[in-house]
Amino acid sequence: MRGKVVIAGVGNTRYGKHPGRDRIDLIVEAARNAIFDAGISKDMLDGLFVKMANSEPSILYGQKVSEALGLRPTIGCSLDQGGAANIGLITYAAMAIEAGMIDTALVCYGDTARTGSRAVYHRPRGDDAVVGWYSTAAGYAMIHQAYRNRYQPRDEEFGIVAVQTREHGSENPDAHLRMPLTMDAYLSGPFVVEPLRRDDCCLVSDGGAAVILMSVERAKQLGRHAAVPILGLGQGQESWDVHLREDLLRTKAEDSARAAFKMAGIAPSDIGVAQIYDCFTVTVLQTLEDYGLAPRGQAGSKALAEGLGIDGWLPLNTSGGLLSESGTPGMQLIIEGVRQMRGDARLQVKNPGACIISNQGGSMHTHATLVLGEPL
Amino acid sequence: MSFPTVNITDVNRPYWDGLAEGKLRYQCCEACGNTWLPSRANCPKCLAADPKWREASGRGRVISWVVYHTAYTDHLKARVPYDVTLVELDEGPRLLTNVIDSEAGKKLTPDAPVALSIESEEGVSIPRFRLQQNHGAL
Repeated sequence: MRGKVVIAGVGNTRYGKHPGRDRIDLIVEAARNAIFDAGISKDMLDGLFVKMANSEPSILYGQKVSEALGLRPTIGCSLDQGGAANIGLITYAAMAIEAGMIDTALVCYGDTARTGSRAVYHRPRGDDAVVGWYSTAAGYAMIHQAYRNRYQPRDEEFGIVAVQTREHGSENPDAHLRMPLTMDAYLSGPFVVEPLRRDDCCLVSDGGAAVILMSVERAKQLGRHAAVPILGLGQGQESWDVHLREDLLRTKAEDSARAAFKMAGIAPSDIGVAQIYDCFTVTVLQTLEDYGLAPRGQAGSKALAEGLGIDGWLPLNTSGGLLSESGTPGMQLIIEGVRQMRGDARLQVKNPGACIISNQGGSMHTHATLVLGEPL
Repeated sequence: MSFPTVNITDVNRPYWDGLAEGKLRYQCCEACGNTWLPSRANCPKCLAADPKWREASGRGRVISWVVYHTAYTDHLKARVPYDVTLVELDEGPRLLTNVIDSEAGKKLTPDAPVALSIESEEGVSIPRFRLQQNHGAL
């Protein structure tokens, strides 16, 4: 699969609040931008892959979205892998292209969790609700506490992720939250579910995002010189609930990265920029360590010492991630990865060489990895 | 929102009935010896049906915990801050619970020994725990 399929276009809406608009409207806007960016005709799209909306799962969603886009795709579907689904969908779309089943695919996501319902993030969690077990944040708080128990990190090791990401987001006009964050403000933020402070937790945003995939041959034929090749793809679905994992700090993220690096034929040291799913700050530390980008227990101290800015040790979430750009599940990270590799990102890393992107969902139940290379 | 209702099924009824009788039960597979909570219709290891119920000793240890400062529903407003703690029973199964005398998590440490103390709330018998200061001394 290495280098056989490219991301030929990207598009998104502004992120934040879109009162009065529905999620499919946001998807259409993002798709329109991606189609324009790719310089193709809409009629070329014969694959439609959409992530299930977090705030309102529904049947035949891929068909509702196809209809709104005026498409009758060869393959049209929606998928639930939680927040890992966007890279999951890119994987299945790329496989279908490589198999010759489809020619050009739109992979997209949109939701209105901010102005619509965010009940999913606050939900009672089964019968455990009788002991007060509610919310998405709590599962990550349990992992964050386990990380503290094992490594005794300073609070600043988590804080640096939020501070740096917010600095990046402040430069992004499409970002939901553009207000920078100081370390003092991070440390004095109120606890939500301790040990998670307010600024450890991602935003809940409205927004839409889309990418267009095609074979490298098709992109060359169309003269798409800015098309970014997919070098590596990996997945690893831990699946077991947080409290039932033998080790709370081990998921299959490690396996996902290993598979993606193997397919790409590169090593962690070849990565020049990373877009890591930052639903909570501990997720970033864990993922950097799972990916072999930092030693176990040391991602935060390395970040504090060597920086996560565009000139730092590892330029991270350069458009703001989920903590600042958009609290939507993962496509914004993919789009920023494409822009970094094309060289047209707002905060551009010099010659990144390769970009690694993580998507993950549930309480680290699901994981997927994407490695992008230099454009054609 | 009010106190959550427990969804009683044929599979989990022995668990909740046991708590009402003052007993914490867990499931055990007769085919492979696997033990677990929460209840399931089949063994997740060997997939054998008809798991058996056993009574736990009520002793366990703390794995990790969180402290809620946010009340996600109205009935929790009076409880914050409160802990939700992951406890592993001596027999192996794990459950999410509260450690009654943890002072909202302040007194919790990894591996701290705890002992079962069932409490009734809104008519539901809930498996909670207390810290065991003299673990091993008895």
